[in-house]
Amino acid sequence: MSLPLLEIADLHVRFPIRSGILRRETGQVRAVSGVSLKIARGEALGLVGESGCGKTTLARAALQLQPASEGEILFDGRHIKTRHDRSAFRRRVQAIFQDPFSSLNPRMTAGDIVGEPIRVHRLRPRREVKKRVAELMDLCGLPARFMELYPHEMSGGQRQRIGIARALAMEPELIVCDEAVSALDVSVQAQVINLLAELRRELGLTYLFIGHDLSVVRYLCDRVAVMYLGRVVEQGPSDALFADPQHPYTRALIDAAPEPDPELARAHEVIPLQGEAPSPAAPPPGCAFHPRCPIAVARCSQEIPALAPVGAGHGAACWLARSSTGGTGQHDGKPVDLSPNPAQVRQEMHR
Amino acid sequence: MPLLEIEDLAIDLARDGARRRLVHGASLSVEEGETVAVVGESGSGKSLTALAAMGLLPEELSIGAGRIRFEGRDLAELTEEDRRILRGGDMAMIFQEPMTALNPVLSIGRQLTEGMRAKLGISKSEANARAVELLTQVGVTDPARRLTQYPHEFSGGMRQRVVIAMALACRPKLILADEPTTALDVTIQAQILALTAKLCRENGVGLVLITHNLGIVARYADRVCVMYAGGVVEAGEARALYRAPRHPYTRGLLDSVPRLDLDRSHGLHPIPGSPPDPMRPVPGCRFHPRCARAEARCRAEEPPAEVQDGRLFACWRPLPAPVSEPAE
Repeated sequence: MSLPLLEIADLHVRFPIRSGILRRETGQVRAVSGVSLKIARGEALGLVGESGCGKTTLARAALQLQPASEGEILFDGRHIKTRHDRSAFRRRVQAIFQDPFSSLNPRMTAGDIVGEPIRVHRLRPRREVKKRVAELMDLCGLPARFMELYPHEMSGGQRQRIGIARALAMEPELIVCDEAVSALDVSVQAQVINLLAELRRELGLTYLFIGHDLSVVRYLCDRVAVMYLGRVVEQGPSDALFADPQHPYTRALIDAAPEPDPELARAHEVIPLQGEAPSPAAPPPGCAFHPRCPIAVARCSQEIPALAPVGAGHGAACWLARSSTGGTGQHDGKPVDLSPNPAQVRQEMHR
Repeated sequence: MPLLEIEDLAIDLARDGARRRLVHGASLSVEEGETVAVVGESGSGKSLTALAAMGLLPEELSIGAGRIRFEGRDLAELTEEDRRILRGGDMAMIFQEPMTALNPVLSIGRQLTEGMRAKLGISKSEANARAVELLTQVGVTDPARRLTQYPHEFSGGMRQRVVIAMALACRPKLILADEPTTALDVTIQAQILALTAKLCRENGVGLVLITHNLGIVARYADRVCVMYAGGVVEAGEARALYRAPRHPYTRGLLDSVPRLDLDRSHGLHPIPGSPPDPMRPVPGCRFHPRCARAEARCRAEEPPAEVQDGRLFACWRPLPAPVSEPAE
């Protein structure tokens, strides 16, 4: 298999809890506990989960904005160690965040916001910057007159387009989108989703797309990883994972997302998941999901299940998930290779 | 007689000596035990309409025209004192962010029982007993202990349950819920909506559910009212409206949502452009700059609301009605 563009291996991120006047460490919040992910060049990997599941911490660690407590992150096969590595990484990896208003400088015009990274990194000769900015804005569906506007003069969708144009200015290979379309109104959200899909096709971009809206993630991503309390509980190709979820938490998430169709939405009685996610400072023993799980057995409260294969490139961390080696029930706990399939990635890109 | 009837409501903003109309002729009615969803994007006027019904419009805003009736009584004719009695009594409201509805320095028990004692005229111990019962109903475990706690000791989902219990406390006939679960995780959202809908159905309470989530509307609403740029563009029975929308905006909204039940190649068909700035009024139909069907008339004249087969829509060039509407 070709080299993944981003590889996260057994990543742990822990935050200390300090208390008392001496601020002694009295505990730890395990935001991310042993996550491994690979993203192939040109692929879009979706990361879903509810608040507090560690998806944003994982993204921050992937962006080198948050040091890892344990584990490795390799970009294009290399560790990021030296200053030189870091500055190359900063150019080749960009991020788009949820709230474009707070991530854009209110005192700069859209043209300056998009042009700044080009000037700072000397990506174009000075006299060509303006032309390049116009090109980027056009790529993001913004007319050239927007160059003169300030962020407060634009709508949410337009601001998000500026955020995307600025990220593209660096000519990145990987873009980390953290809830990039969540704050937008329905009609505008669809425009930005389409824009992200088009840009990926045209520029061969790779996405790590973090979201809580399953339908958006499924629409944009080839593969999806579902996180619960710091761990990936299921991972697989979008179509397989949504059509045939193997982890009860994935099933609950899909069930909880109502379809915009009254016939379908009422066709089956939805049994909502009971309770709430436990605190990552005091995770329950065994499978972290077992206190809320409708099918948990004794073993689930004692041992943590590892991600095990349940289908082609599809894995689930559940003692009761089907085993791809035949039969249902308990698996042998062998590690599973969830590497993206390059042929499939190419096919997806040309879809 | 409908429980709540809003007729041609207009809401004006007075600021810097100028007057701007933010809601233009919104109409809505809710029957006993019925769930009516008001759908719209930000700035569509859906929250303002609910605030006006509750008599909670901020100072700069005022009702410019139209009528709001609750059980046949015109709310404009009530004294401030009567409105106060109605609010929190027969009419209750649930807001998006539960922290804004809860007082951080009072215990949950005090906040739950205060209203009950005033509105239902019951004793402290009766109110306490009812509070325990309500918290149990909304799925708060260990309710007696929870009553002595303060809002910050509750998680977001638990706070919203408390707010629902507060809304139900005085046995209201109508609840207005403004994005009650938008701030919550999807699995918690499903729990809370299922619960609210069940409690309203069982107690015959009318529910106005204000949301931007078309999936939630599909699952819980009996009738839907679609608002755009301060006006109602379409309203009708939920299934029929989703099956065959008549207004191009409703169609556009439905085509803008990615769906889990369709193949990934189905494609999204967003509405071009963005909703108009309420401070800069659009002549004619307010949707025309974004509408593929717009013609000269749409740019010049505002379309009146029209009712056909129980469906209301305001459009000069509506989408065709389905050939044979199955009996409802």
